[in-house]
Amino acid sequence: MYVDKLIAQTLCDGLLPLTIGTVSVTEVDPGAIHAVSAFQGQAKSLSEAMKAAHGMALPAPNRATGKSGARAVWFGPGQVMLIGSTPDPLLSAHAAVVDQSDAWAVVRLEGDGAEDVLARLVPVDLRPQQFKRGHTARTLLFHMTASITRVGEKAFQIMVFRSMATSLVHDLQRAMEGVAARG
Amino acid sequence: MRVADRGLIDRGTPVEFSFDGIRYSGFQGDTLASALLANGVRLMGRSFKYHRPRGVLTAGSEEPNALVTIGRGAAQDPNVRATMQEIYPGLEARSQNRWPSLNFDVMAVNDLAAPFLGAGFYYKTFMWPRSFWENLYEPMIRRAAGLGALSGQANADTYESAYAFCDLLVIGAGPAGLMAALTAGRAGADVILADESNQMGGRLLAETLEVDGKPGHVWVDEVLAELRAMENVRLMTRTAVAGAYDQGTFAALERVMHHTGDRPAGAPLETYWRIAARRSVLAAGALERPVAFRNNDRPGIMTAGAVRAYLNRWGVAAGRSVTIFGNTDDIHRTARDLLAAGVHVAAVIDSRHDGPVSTDYPVLRGAQVCGTSGRKGLESITVRRASGEERIQTDCLAMTGGWNPSVHLTCHMNGRPTWRRDIAAFVPTPGAVPGMRTAGACNGAFSTAACLREGISAATEALGDLGLKASKPAPPQAEDQPCEIAQLWGVPGKGRAWLDFQNDVTVKDVKQAATENFRSVEHMKRYTTQGMATDQGKNSNVAALAILADATGRAIPETGTTTFRPPYSPIAIAALGAGAEGAGFKPQRLTTSHKASVARGAPMVEAGLWYRPSYFPQPGETTWRQSCDREVQMVRTAVGVCDVSTLGKIDIQGRDAAQFLDFVYTNTFSTLKVGRVRYGLMLREDGFVMDDGTTARLGDSHFLMTTTTAAAGDVMKHLEFVRQGLRPDWDVSLVSVTEQWAQFAVAGPKSREVLNGLLDTPLDDAAWPFMACGPVSVLGVPGRLFRISFSGEHAYEIALPARYGASLFDILTRQAEALGGGLYGMEALNVLRIEKGFITHAEIHGRTTAFDIGMGRMVSQKKDCIGKTMSERPGLEEPGRERLVGLKPIGESRQLLAGAHLYNEEDAPVRTNDQGYVTSVCYSPTLGSMLGLAFLADGPDRHGEIVKMVDHLRGVTTLCEVTDPVFFDPEGERVRG
Amino acid sequence: MRITCPYCGERDRREFYYRGAAVDLDRPAPDAGPDAWDDFVYLRDNPAGETRDLWYHEGGCGAWIVVTRNTLTHEVSATEPASGGKR
Repeated sequence: MYVDKLIAQTLCDGLLPLTIGTVSVTEVDPGAIHAVSAFQGQAKSLSEAMKAAHGMALPAPNRATGKSGARAVWFGPGQVMLIGSTPDPLLSAHAAVVDQSDAWAVVRLEGDGAEDVLARLVPVDLRPQQFKRGHTARTLLFHMTASITRVGEKAFQIMVFRSMATSLVHDLQRAMEGVAARG
Repeated sequence: MRVADRGLIDRGTPVEFSFDGIRYSGFQGDTLASALLANGVRLMGRSFKYHRPRGVLTAGSEEPNALVTIGRGAAQDPNVRATMQEIYPGLEARSQNRWPSLNFDVMAVNDLAAPFLGAGFYYKTFMWPRSFWENLYEPMIRRAAGLGALSGQANADTYESAYAFCDLLVIGAGPAGLMAALTAGRAGADVILADESNQMGGRLLAETLEVDGKPGHVWVDEVLAELRAMENVRLMTRTAVAGAYDQGTFAALERVMHHTGDRPAGAPLETYWRIAARRSVLAAGALERPVAFRNNDRPGIMTAGAVRAYLNRWGVAAGRSVTIFGNTDDIHRTARDLLAAGVHVAAVIDSRHDGPVSTDYPVLRGAQVCGTSGRKGLESITVRRASGEERIQTDCLAMTGGWNPSVHLTCHMNGRPTWRRDIAAFVPTPGAVPGMRTAGACNGAFSTAACLREGISAATEALGDLGLKASKPAPPQAEDQPCEIAQLWGVPGKGRAWLDFQNDVTVKDVKQAATENFRSVEHMKRYTTQGMATDQGKNSNVAALAILADATGRAIPETGTTTFRPPYSPIAIAALGAGAEGAGFKPQRLTTSHKASVARGAPMVEAGLWYRPSYFPQPGETTWRQSCDREVQMVRTAVGVCDVSTLGKIDIQGRDAAQFLDFVYTNTFSTLKVGRVRYGLMLREDGFVMDDGTTARLGDSHFLMTTTTAAAGDVMKHLEFVRQGLRPDWDVSLVSVTEQWAQFAVAGPKSREVLNGLLDTPLDDAAWPFMACGPVSVLGVPGRLFRISFSGEHAYEIALPARYGASLFDILTRQAEALGGGLYGMEALNVLRIEKGFITHAEIHGRTTAFDIGMGRMVSQKKDCIGKTMSERPGLEEPGRERLVGLKPIGESRQLLAGAHLYNEEDAPVRTNDQGYVTSVCYSPTLGSMLGLAFLADGPDRHGEIVKMVDHLRGVTTLCEVTDPVFFDPEGERVRG
Repeated sequence: MRITCPYCGERDRREFYYRGAAVDLDRPAPDAGPDAWDDFVYLRDNPAGETRDLWYHEGGCGAWIVVTRNTLTHEVSATEPASGGKR
């Protein structure tokens, strides 16, 4: 019998990268992603453990801490997503830690007019004066629930459910074409 | 006729276009209406009901007459207002509602039949016979009356929707709006200034007024230049703010590409904006009122403001010899502008007795226009004075009955405008829309200086609310004439005097409505169709109200008011639904095995947002049943593989996780051992079944719940409600892990053999009994294994991180095929579960209890749970309820149908004899028969009895034996073996 | 319509799912008797004026929210987490 081998696959396979006009969207390999939800009354000690182990505190609502490679993104009341580094086992004393590394399609939308593209899809004000680097929003991207974080002057990290990667690219492409066509 | 030295058009750029197949030339900056008038074309449309020849009445978005169709084929765009359509090279416009041509329209015969087509004619004329309505009257009326037609093809254009945010939204960019935007912009507020026209400036572009000693349009350009330079100000031209909604939400339609034939691929024709504004200033201006007199609808008769706009903004004289009729000093403004441009003014007819006089042109005071002639274009008017009637030759009559402030948006949240007697107009009631202030003409301030002042003060007040300081600019110098108006709605006399031009409503119709006791303005509108056309009564509602007031002997405020609903101007459905067509209708959720399943020719079915394979056809199979039967037998005799990743998976952790599960499930989970799985049933608080599924205990305070595919979202919402709303003190965390894991069912006698081909540690029954679960290593990758079964076979579900899903599916498929098995889809899965009597949402459809599905004993008596108290209500536990049974056909007909009803064999199949209904059916290749699951009164006590299944829709009657719902392997030996 | 999520701030109504009256939070004891349970499950006021209802920030952070609003004016006067801030 032949020897089988499991092959890991990227999910935007064949769909990305995509550049239309001045905006591009690329698939991001964010590394490990874990949902970290503090146990009852443990938010403070979790934040301290996070700081000790990963060098960043628990982000406040609508904020992300850390930087590319190790980022903590606020995901909801009592929940952050630790992205890029494998959580220290000590965190489990203070929080439920759930592997989400394969659950999210993560893309980077970047370029002049990236805000205009997102204004066609997202019902939140993402202009730089309102939504600065380190700001994050749980919101909708057209019909999909999403997490959107500004990761650069002209760059956003967008996360939607893995199974919706095709729809994400479809919706982004349509919005990008509309923005590009206006010139 | 084009006039020299007038207008803001670009005379250096001629533009060729066509109307009804004839080529014309205009200039860059022209609208279709201004360009046609410049070419001497007055006849532009036919009216809705009487097919009366019509020309342009206005110069704005309120235009009722000059509606045209632009483009051809799938891109055909009907009912475009010629006054708003900018011309571009190659523009192709056609007139509407006429046959065979605009000039000769057969349906104009309706005009002769007018005495029979008055108000409410269809309520009276087409009363009987009743059957004629659908087959004769309605098609006839629809053919005779109407506007432009859709192409009947899928819309080829792209539409877009978008969001915008600001501190202050300024609606309208006339003098008031510009000053408001300037004031707020200078104070640093985040401003959006939106105007429906292609050029900002409002009436300053259409009049010869001066601001700060400069021509109005020059001042506009200077203000716009300053606004453009501000980063905090966003100018949106060609954008009509169409609706005002709660909490400062506005809808606006931007006409992005209508003005050009050069449309790049992907460019939106229109964008539907949703604007969230903390404060707003309405500076929408005012709309001029036509006057109702006999035959006031001839091409060449238009509002005086429109005549000035065509002259001053577009350099077009609307006629060679113009007459002017009205009740304000605007008649003299119109005359002066025309004379200055070299256009002959035949007469000015002032309805007032005490108006100003002039030496430059004849002024007839205390006079009224009481008739006109010229069927396809005005030729003369008849003027009535105390001294008698006189006829005046003219090809254009400019009329004004005063102005109606554009209060529309202030009505969108149930606000009712207030009547102001001094200016004979409705004005907005303050506070009608929270956070909105009104300024300028829309507020009843008609002089330029007043508009500028009010723009400043409205913005200053809004800035105060926003916590911003305004360095209040000094208002620029401008004319500040008071409004001297004498009410003038209609001219008494015989014949038809039009109010609503588009819907062909006349003064007589309104009076008739009053006579027939439709005295409420709301009744009158519905009876006459007044105000129900695409202009929504912008040109006529107030006048109609005044006529009704007169006819019923009441004052205007007593008679009622006129309100407006969104949208301010028409919006295509395509714009409202932008992006949601085709693949944008809803997100598609695709499993990791999707590509491989499609490659194998599996038709996909939708389950919620997910796509799942229906069956996997093999060569030679021509029907789904052949594939399905084979797949069922394959699972029963060898092994089958099925993607079950779509089931909801919720990771539950925390000190109180077990207690939490005990509370949301009817049965007990705190007693479940680590490494074991238990089936659970969830109720709604009203005691009916909500969902079912299995939950595995992965650790002491760590569980993994599965939900059905369709209910996954609802269950998560429910659990979060319980966690946050009912038990906030408990230590529980919930995380959906549906997407994290690719999970496959491996079912059948050879399932263990398949798995042992890829597990790093082989399975045995001792370590992995039925309902066991735990971590496994799959070809070096950590995963999870559950020994659970939805087929009744010895079966497992294996889960790996989703990145390995496609690869695992491929390996499992090949392993299974090597053992005489293979893939199975939703059809086979359904047959397998019906053979075992397992329920799905076909059975737990929201009206069944645990008792009904034979799981009454699963509601633990030792603890409280959601739905428990209500499930114990007497009526929900009576044996006579319709309860779950199996059905097997026994008579001549072997057919079972889901949705069919059950009756006793001897009873007539009528509602009063109803005994129950069928929820799921299949053909079982295992048992060689159709099988059904059904709910039957007293069901479990009637096993062995005969009932009659009747499907009234499909005309099928089948005698059935009532059985236990578990048809196959009732002892459950296979699942444990 | 816009609703202020206590965590995310002011958001468009489309991000929220509407459940119904906030009475749903006041779950009676199992033995409270049929009248109390009937009230809790089925009976709702239909006030012309202030009302408290439950919304779920489904297209957002997942918080259940108690929204106090006026059915006549549509004014939203308060929003607070259904958990009372315990989450």
